[in-house]
Amino acid sequence: MSDSREIRRLDPVLEPGHTYASVTDKIAAVVLTRPLGIGWLAGFTLCFSVVMLLTVAIAWLFTKGVGIWGINIPIGWGFAIVNFVWWIGIGHAGTLISAILFLLNQKWRTSINRFAEAMTLFAVACAGLFPLIHTGRPWMAYYMFPYPSTMGIWPQFRSPLIWDVFAVSTYGTVSLLFWYIGLLPDLATLRDRAKQRYQQVIYGVLSLGWRNSVRHWHRYQSTYLLLAGLATPLVLSVHTVVSFDFAIAIVPGWHTTIFPPYFVAGAIYSGFAMVLTIAIPLRKAYGLEGFITMRHLDNMAKVMLATGLIVAYGYFVEFFMAFYSGNKFDVFLANQRLHGPYSHFYYALLICNIFTPQLLWFSKVRRSIPALFVLSLVINTGMWLERFVIVVISLTRDFMPSAWGRYSATFWDYATLAGTLGLFAMLLFLFVRGLPAIAISEMRELVHEEDHK
Amino acid sequence: MTEQRSLLHGVMAEFETPEQLLAASRKAREAGYKHVDAYTPFPVEGLAHAIGFRWTLVPLITLLGGVLGGLTGFGLQYWCSAITYPLNIGGRPLNSWPAFIPVTFELTVLGASIFSVVGMIALNRLPQPYHPVFNVERFVHASTDRFFLCIEARDPKFNLAETSRFLQDLHAAHVIEVKDEE
Repeated sequence: MSDSREIRRLDPVLEPGHTYASVTDKIAAVVLTRPLGIGWLAGFTLCFSVVMLLTVAIAWLFTKGVGIWGINIPIGWGFAIVNFVWWIGIGHAGTLISAILFLLNQKWRTSINRFAEAMTLFAVACAGLFPLIHTGRPWMAYYMFPYPSTMGIWPQFRSPLIWDVFAVSTYGTVSLLFWYIGLLPDLATLRDRAKQRYQQVIYGVLSLGWRNSVRHWHRYQSTYLLLAGLATPLVLSVHTVVSFDFAIAIVPGWHTTIFPPYFVAGAIYSGFAMVLTIAIPLRKAYGLEGFITMRHLDNMAKVMLATGLIVAYGYFVEFFMAFYSGNKFDVFLANQRLHGPYSHFYYALLICNIFTPQLLWFSKVRRSIPALFVLSLVINTGMWLERFVIVVISLTRDFMPSAWGRYSATFWDYATLAGTLGLFAMLLFLFVRGLPAIAISEMRELVHEEDHK
Repeated sequence: MTEQRSLLHGVMAEFETPEQLLAASRKAREAGYKHVDAYTPFPVEGLAHAIGFRWTLVPLITLLGGVLGGLTGFGLQYWCSAITYPLNIGGRPLNSWPAFIPVTFELTVLGASIFSVVGMIALNRLPQPYHPVFNVERFVHASTDRFFLCIEARDPKFNLAETSRFLQDLHAAHVIEVKDEE
């Protein structure tokens, strides 16, 4: 085992030589003292203008209705649902890192969990937007919640769409609570170190008067562990419920039992790709290479490889079961994926999700930052294509040829997708400068543990 | 004397390492001090035990929240689907409980999480903007790199001179009086 020890020495979880004060200084300085650089301003401005495009797209949608999109019967679920499933999947990596890796006592999660959780929240916000604006009458979206009304009607609880409402809103709420609880000691750290009055007031209010008392910590650790235990089945349930939106329907290509595990694996796959897409520029821009080390990038690449293989298995089983079942609609759909009008999407999906990521078997690739960055973008594209293939091919080719159709997205579809990307990036830009992107108190604990190994 | 005591929150000792604080906390407890609190920049293993704080209500509150959430979830669906608004959906029974599991599960998790977080914050008596320990200038280091032990004035064994000497003898880097301005 000298090999693995060698790797540990070369790639520590934390750069050696750090003290409690140095990790605190370095992370807090990004928020408290560092001036706004030209890079941040340029990036924020760009993202903000894309968010303006989003508001225009939504305003026009509310004015004209969903007809401005490319959807038309039989394709009622176009980009809106593709984007919803994609975004919600991206969020899953944040919860996996913060909850599941915490329960598994994986120390390398410490420096990436905070921004991964922030990524989860922002991704869920982007995802939540789509079903809402897809309803056609978004001002009546509250009909989905059970509330006593004079009409005396209630939601239909046997429908996976209503399960989705509960799953996604619970997921958003629990992620927010988990994130805030993790932030509490760090907000107190910022309050104690803030020099400007406005910073002292803002962080003082947000930290609720946290004073690092051992009694506080004891209850805090209890809650943190319990939330991790609760978030673990929750995150698995959320994409399972999202997959039920498809799997419970009888549409060919959707009605399969492989959907829940394969959706969850795909969610984690795309989520880790997004964590890498964010981590690589973040560590570079703020000089955090000592905290987010090659070890982290390497580990995340391995998780991507593993979940990518589960996704590949999912594609294989879909095909196998189509032919094994002998169901002629399923066989027809499988052929449509390979030879139908959208087959180029399917081939692109195979290249992005199955073939290219096999490069991650090579440690040279896992240790090359540009290669990882490009691969993370490729995988995210691939996962988006997967959702497109699932939604569009099945809906354009269901049982009766008279119900077949074609789908192509309009400018407003693309504008909304781009707009949510802008919203996501803009929120990340604000987050990086407003809150500590790495959990400071957990890093101090890590320093303590590294010193006493 | 009593007036002076009401203005004094306690005496605080500053340590450089968590091990020193842990040893000091044990000694303070052995010496018979009951109203003791420790302040550390990160959770220190065994410290809660050392000051005599053994268990917390948080897990019980979380369980309660989970049970309430789950019962609410199932009860809501049963009441909607079988009692107040019975609809025949594809010939399924009105109480089609397998279809009610996802929402029941989600509300269980939601209830447990909210109770856990709110319970933790409430038990910690937060939000609490003012606390006497914040009057100590060096206390800002409690969120960076120093470890503090505070013996509070309400402790029956507390005596300013004696307690200060006791803390001094534990090799504290600083021993500071904590004033209460209220």
